[in-house]
Amino acid sequence: MLEITNLVKRYGHSEAVLKGLDLKVEGNSVVSIVGASGAGKSTMLRCINRLVEPTSGSIKLNGTELVNLKGAELRRARRKIGMVFQGFNLLDRLTVMENVLAGRLGYVSFYQAISRRYPPADIERAFVLMERVGIAHYANKRADELSGGERQRVGVVRALMQEPDVLLADEPTASLDPRTSEQIMMLLQSLASELSLPVLINIHNVAQAKTYTERIVGLRHGKMIFDGQPGDFNKDALDAIYGGIEAPDDAITETPGTAVEGGTP
Amino acid sequence: MTPSNPPTPRAWKKPPFIANPLLRYGLLVMTVGYLVWAFGSLPFNWERISEGLPRAARIFSGGFPPNLERYELLLTGFKESFQIAILATLLGVLLSIPFAVMAARNIAPLPVYLLGRSIIIISRSFHPVIVAILFVAAVGFGPLAGILTLTLYSIGFVGKLLAEEIEEIDWGQVEAMRSTGAGYLVTLFYAVFPQILPRQVGLSMYQLDSNLRASAVVGIVGAGGIGGTLMNAFGRYDYDFAFAILLVIIAVILLSEGISGWVRKKIW
Repeated sequence: MLEITNLVKRYGHSEAVLKGLDLKVEGNSVVSIVGASGAGKSTMLRCINRLVEPTSGSIKLNGTELVNLKGAELRRARRKIGMVFQGFNLLDRLTVMENVLAGRLGYVSFYQAISRRYPPADIERAFVLMERVGIAHYANKRADELSGGERQRVGVVRALMQEPDVLLADEPTASLDPRTSEQIMMLLQSLASELSLPVLINIHNVAQAKTYTERIVGLRHGKMIFDGQPGDFNKDALDAIYGGIEAPDDAITETPGTAVEGGTP
Repeated sequence: MTPSNPPTPRAWKKPPFIANPLLRYGLLVMTVGYLVWAFGSLPFNWERISEGLPRAARIFSGGFPPNLERYELLLTGFKESFQIAILATLLGVLLSIPFAVMAARNIAPLPVYLLGRSIIIISRSFHPVIVAILFVAAVGFGPLAGILTLTLYSIGFVGKLLAEEIEEIDWGQVEAMRSTGAGYLVTLFYAVFPQILPRQVGLSMYQLDSNLRASAVVGIVGAGGIGGTLMNAFGRYDYDFAFAILLVIIAVILLSEGISGWVRKKIW
């Protein structure tokens, strides 16, 4: 169970990005977090595995407080938190297998890591998971030779190699074409139930959030303003989350007309 | 479009590099003034120069035709130069990695970064010849001084460029490794080194080339290699042999530049 209480994150002396966030995720539920750019979605996710240092508040994963962990303890806690990134963040020059096994780096020794002598059980798990998502035949290919969807599958498998207690996905489909992004969402959904793993997904695509997740959390200006079932996520909720943000876009579309009158080509 | 003829053709002049005319002409006057003063005050001994010119001509004519009779000496010298250059490149390139890691702001804590930068700056602040003089004084004449000199030179050069390369890596890979719970060293080996590898290989090739050239120069101050052979030939008024050495040096440098350029192009 993941429990976030009164989470605050402030960069420097500027206005806080997260202003006292509370969130509880239990069981193997798939939660999507929606919100405009800058609402604090990514910061929240990165506070959980401490890629970003929270300013104050508490984050508990299965009873362990994550906020004040240091050094080896922090690394041990991170092993249990898988993360999937928008830009995949694969080790481009290494093979797919090396990328997948990198998910075990928190478990193996330094010598095992640099000599690539991973325990046989890890290698077996890697093959099983790669077969599950359909990338096993790429094992010895370089990661940058794969297509976007395949690369994100590598990213997902790498995170699952950690045997995580929770999976964080930071806009996992934003760099993919619509069809591929549907496939990745479906994959995350079914993996969550197969492995009974709670998944938090930051997502811009509200339609996908409604289709593939059981719960939607809406953020705006660092505060949670919606938390409910996809069915309850109506026009009002959408307006509350994104409302007023489209306005500048409309203003921009009108400028070319005025610009032509001004004589600029 | 109809060509129109304006009453007077409009003139255009490139705007001057320095807009202020006072500053512009002032700088010009100062430059000329300095040149006149410098040439006037430096001790040029014209008599000595006029005596020296025929001597220079004699040396050059003595160098023709180049004499390769003592090619064994030349081979020994070159063999030593190659050994110095290759060893120094290997050592320098290997040692430059930890220093580059220390000197990269994005992966090194501030005190380590400052230390790393200082080491690189110090090792780059002296020309190899000066460093070679120091090492010859410290460890005596011979190739060891040359190896130490060029190793230091390589650390400075490769370390600096590599540190800049590390500062420009794709940070996402580092984040991804951290998020799996990987430690600092493992993250370096998985997320950082693969990204700088092509650059490192290219720099090593370039450095080998550059060390070969520099090994001829540091030999002149006693740090072993072909430079020493050249110096001895001059000392014995063996101008034809010295000239032959110079020609071979040019040929070897051309060849190594060609090879390293080709290899670097293949890697990029």
